[in-house]
Amino acid sequence: MTTTRGFTGRRGAEADEQRVPPGQYVTNDFPVLSAGPTPHAPLDRWTLALQDGGSLVGKWTWEEFQALPRTELTVDIHCVTKWSKLGTAWEGVTIDDLLAAAGLQEPPAPYLMAHCDGGYTTNLPLEDLLDGKGLVATRFDGEPLAPEHGGPARLLVPHLYFWKSAKWVRRLRFMENDEPGFWESLGYHIYGDPWREQRYGGD
Amino acid sequence: MAVIEAAPPPAGAGARRLAWRQAEVVERVAETHRATTLVLDVPGWPGHLAGQHVDVRLTADDGYQAQRSYSIASPPEVPRLALTIVRLERGEVSPWLVDEARPGDRFELRGPIGGYFAWSVTAGGPLLLVAGGSGVAPLMAMLRHRAASGEAGHAVPARLLFSSRSFADIIYREELERLGSAPGGPAIVRTLTHERPPPGWRGHARLIDAPMLAEVGFPPAAAPKVFVCGPTPMVEAVAEALVGLGHEPGRVKTERFGATGGE
Repeated sequence: MTTTRGFTGRRGAEADEQRVPPGQYVTNDFPVLSAGPTPHAPLDRWTLALQDGGSLVGKWTWEEFQALPRTELTVDIHCVTKWSKLGTAWEGVTIDDLLAAAGLQEPPAPYLMAHCDGGYTTNLPLEDLLDGKGLVATRFDGEPLAPEHGGPARLLVPHLYFWKSAKWVRRLRFMENDEPGFWESLGYHIYGDPWREQRYGGD
Repeated sequence: MAVIEAAPPPAGAGARRLAWRQAEVVERVAETHRATTLVLDVPGWPGHLAGQHVDVRLTADDGYQAQRSYSIASPPEVPRLALTIVRLERGEVSPWLVDEARPGDRFELRGPIGGYFAWSVTAGGPLLLVAGGSGVAPLMAMLRHRAASGEAGHAVPARLLFSSRSFADIIYREELERLGSAPGGPAIVRTLTHERPPPGWRGHARLIDAPMLAEVGFPPAAAPKVFVCGPTPMVEAVAEALVGLGHEPGRVKTERFGATGGE
């Protein structure tokens, strides 16, 4: 290992290897990272759709979505650009409850593509979304989710790098095979586990 | 979403791992009182596109490591990589890079990373660049690439709108003046946001807003390729104003850095 002359490090919370994945540092801010302008979807025209092949298997207006069972989750989040934020509090609808609301006993396919306002996409295995692991979140820190952070609704999959927690999510499409989404097509890792430091393809 | 003009690296599990490489500092350039450019020799560097970035990794004597991402400021035509870094007061990595690193020092980096916020002359234009502070670094790589591309570069109309806190904070000030006054050079428009401009200042003296973008930017009908890079509030405001002026959101590419804490 090559050491860097004169570098000692700050050794804050990032020194806790049980809590903070390799190569990450802890921030108290909530940085914003998006590839383009922030979209503003009016709530009276917002819908969330669940798609299997050519057919729509579920669709909720904002009002209908609010009536689904709510789950609160306090988790650490890890962005591939190196910041981690500890103990973030979210509220939303689990993917389990969403499937149940659509009358699906189990997911019809092993993978899912999230489609978002602005054209962003990201791919995920269903097993990373089930058993309470994935949320469609509409509230952060007790407040409605701000547009620059993905409001009105974003995916929350905290055990993967945060680009998988797609902002402005509008449609979840089941897939038989894993296909790369937006960043995954641009050199980022197809799965994105921060604990294995899967930042880029080949990591 | 916009068409991807730059060839992305291969995706998926079959891709080759981006290797950590040894970078050796060969030169330091003081840009402003807070910003320094490090010129690096990186053996085996595979090349990059203007706008891409690298991950830097520093290692302490006991093995403790810290990583951060920095945009590449040098164009693909130059074999040595240039990174322009601003010292963050509560930073962990930037103070070492800005204050401590000197010629002969070595650290690790890997890249290039990011194929979306990237531009090459072959992608064409017009090219509208909007920078805040050190967000100018990846946009400078684009202007340097354009300048290094001769006729093909000059054929692409290009404008840079560059916001700095004060006159003393203008990164690349002299080089931008040279580029802007060269035949076929880009139009450079500057604005100062936190201090009164010096006498004879030819530029704006306020935050970038919609009227300024309407004046400086190409009309939406010209379908410019837009790159915006700077602190989050500036990027949010500029991107929103551009969309409000009628620019297609998919043609507005953004890169943001956190206002504090983040590097």
